[in-house]
Amino acid sequence: MTILDGLKLSFSVLRTNKIRSFLTSLGIIIGIAAVIIIMSVGAGAQSLIINQLNSVGTNLVGVLPGASDEEGPPASVFGIVVTTLKYEDAVAIKKQVDNVVAVSSYNSGVGTINYQNNSVDINFSGVMSDYLGVEDTEVYLGRFFTEEEDRGSAREVVLGYQVYQDLFGSDNPLGKRVKIKKESFEVIGVMKERGTAGFQNQDDLVLMPVSTAQKIMLGLDYVNYIRVKINNTENIDRATEDIKFLLRDRHDIRIDGTDDFSVRNTKDAIDTLLTVTNALKFFLAAIAGISLIVGGVGVMNIMLAAVSERVREVGLRKAVGARRFHIMIQFVLETMAITLIGGIIGVVLGFLVAAIVAATANYLGYKWDFVISFTSIILGTGVAAVIGLVFGLYPAQKAAKLDPIEALRYE
Amino acid sequence: MPENIIQVKDLKKDYVNEEVVTKVLYGLNFEIGAGEFLAIMGPSGSGKSTLMHILGFLDTPTSGQYIFKGRDVSNFDDDKLAKIRNEEVGFVFQTFNLLPKTTVYENVKLPLLYSNLGDHDNKVKEAIKSVGLLHRINNLSNQLSGGERQRVAIARALVTSPSVIFADEPTGNLDTKSGQAVMGILEELNNTGHTIILVTHEQYTAQHAIRIIKIIDGHIVSDEKVINRKSSLNGDNFLK
Ligand SMILES: Nc1ncnc2c1ncn2[C@@H]1O[C@H](COP(=O)(O)OP(=O)(O)OP(=O)(O)O)[C@@H](O)[C@H]1O
Ligand SMILES: [Mg+2]
Repeated sequence: MTILDGLKLSFSVLRTNKIRSFLTSLGIIIGIAAVIIIMSVGAGAQSLIINQLNSVGTNLVGVLPGASDEEGPPASVFGIVVTTLKYEDAVAIKKQVDNVVAVSSYNSGVGTINYQNNSVDINFSGVMSDYLGVEDTEVYLGRFFTEEEDRGSAREVVLGYQVYQDLFGSDNPLGKRVKIKKESFEVIGVMKERGTAGFQNQDDLVLMPVSTAQKIMLGLDYVNYIRVKINNTENIDRATEDIKFLLRDRHDIRIDGTDDFSVRNTKDAIDTLLTVTNALKFFLAAIAGISLIVGGVGVMNIMLAAVSERVREVGLRKAVGARRFHIMIQFVLETMAITLIGGIIGVVLGFLVAAIVAATANYLGYKWDFVISFTSIILGTGVAAVIGLVFGLYPAQKAAKLDPIEALRYE
Repeated sequence: MPENIIQVKDLKKDYVNEEVVTKVLYGLNFEIGAGEFLAIMGPSGSGKSTLMHILGFLDTPTSGQYIFKGRDVSNFDDDKLAKIRNEEVGFVFQTFNLLPKTTVYENVKLPLLYSNLGDHDNKVKEAIKSVGLLHRINNLSNQLSGGERQRVAIARALVTSPSVIFADEPTGNLDTKSGQAVMGILEELNNTGHTIILVTHEQYTAQHAIRIIKIIDGHIVSDEKVINRKSSLNGDNFLK
């Protein structure tokens, strides 16, 4: 008996019992589909995160106050306020570090902005004149702050697009006075519409010079963080080191001392995020994998029933010369055919669902990639076949051991 | 006496089921020559099928020797028995034992799947032709009459050109006419050199054979040549 004979036989048996074969493989179909969905949707979610991070801007290096080890988050994340990072640090980075294109410090707060009878809840940020370069954006109306205005505490704001829409509708906002926390400001510009970047809606922001935010609005002299734009991806690592070196010097930190700041770039952040989300993804896939074992046991159960149903057939085959090995092959192939077909259906189904999820996400405006990986196709079908092999062995062995005389007498 | 194909020496068979020992065959001795047509007769329960299973390598004796073509096969294991069954013998059972929902062609081909013989297609067609069922070749087994089914079973038994064909009550489930047809084919096969071993309890059917061994309660009570041999091959039969 050739493998081809065996396969033909398996498929003819499956064909004559279509519904039963389908029901038998249902557990496998669902299990494989679940694994594929988790892997693909997981990869899609990762792409969403990465796209969001990249939308903040590529070639960015962030400086955060507080020390951090390589993997962990900086102290500021835990609400510990470190006050040593200053506006002057940002200026020094711009002046002294090579390959730096633009630098801005950030101070942020929340408040309500009023214009005549309209008021809107907003986030405001104190930023530097380089902000447009750092964030890769433009003004829609008017102008942005100048370098001179950074330190001048000018009572001027640039409105996010949404804020402008909400407050002014179609009126010209330039030169108008608005109030935030009872302080009065002149509107000098409106930002271009930007949407969401870095999980923050950029259009409900109100921007003001860094000194204005620090002195008038917040009453402090340190910054929350600094962002540095580097001219080229290749220079990021070098610039990161240079910034560290410069800040250590400026903050009088000795060789063996602990930094009071941390420098991060988007590349590192993405790597860290990928490590975490990959672990999560594989953990979920492993749980879904357990359902495959349940499916395999179901297949074994049906195959045991099929063996006792086909005792006469097995007896006849043995009577005409089939050896144990032939019968084994026949039933193992049959089981593998069931699980393999189940696996293929599961893979297709899984990707179908993942594609629908991706399409929906994209429709809702998220940058969600539909990830269809060759590895998961091979893995999905391979695992299904192995399950067929493993759970087909026992029923096949039972069949192979049948005594032909007993089997032929069996009614 | 032609060359012996089968030699049985003091062959005994006991069935042991949960400590209960059933003695079925009590030390049989006989020889069968190549090309013989032997009928084994006896009342129900006398041990005919048991003997045929041992001779046909479906079972092994409890003691004694079974020598087939000079080889002692008494202690062959499962797989060796399967191999020798495939190469040397063909079976025809009372209940046909065809694969359901399977074509005549596929049924006849079955033993070839487990053999090393090539040229399956020709062998299958040749065998089906020799039982006169070429016009039914693509029918499913359950679409055939009883007589036709038994003829398919005969075709299956001879597709590997075995040395011996065993038939256990081949006419038991058939009407007289179909039974005659089946016996005619067996005779024809014997005429072309096949050794046939037929198990039956009908004197009438046994008369087709050349020699009859009678068994009662596991003992051979007579072993004689048939004097008034009957034939279903009276000239022009269904085989054309
Ligand atoms: N597996 C078994 N276990 C115990 N006893 C058995 C077994 N198989 C057969 N026997 C017994 O052996 C005896 C002979 O059985 P066998 O089938 O050989 O008879 P037979 O001559 O073919 O009868 P029949 O004409 O009814 O087919 C019977 O008494 C039967 O009950
Ligand atoms: Mg019997």
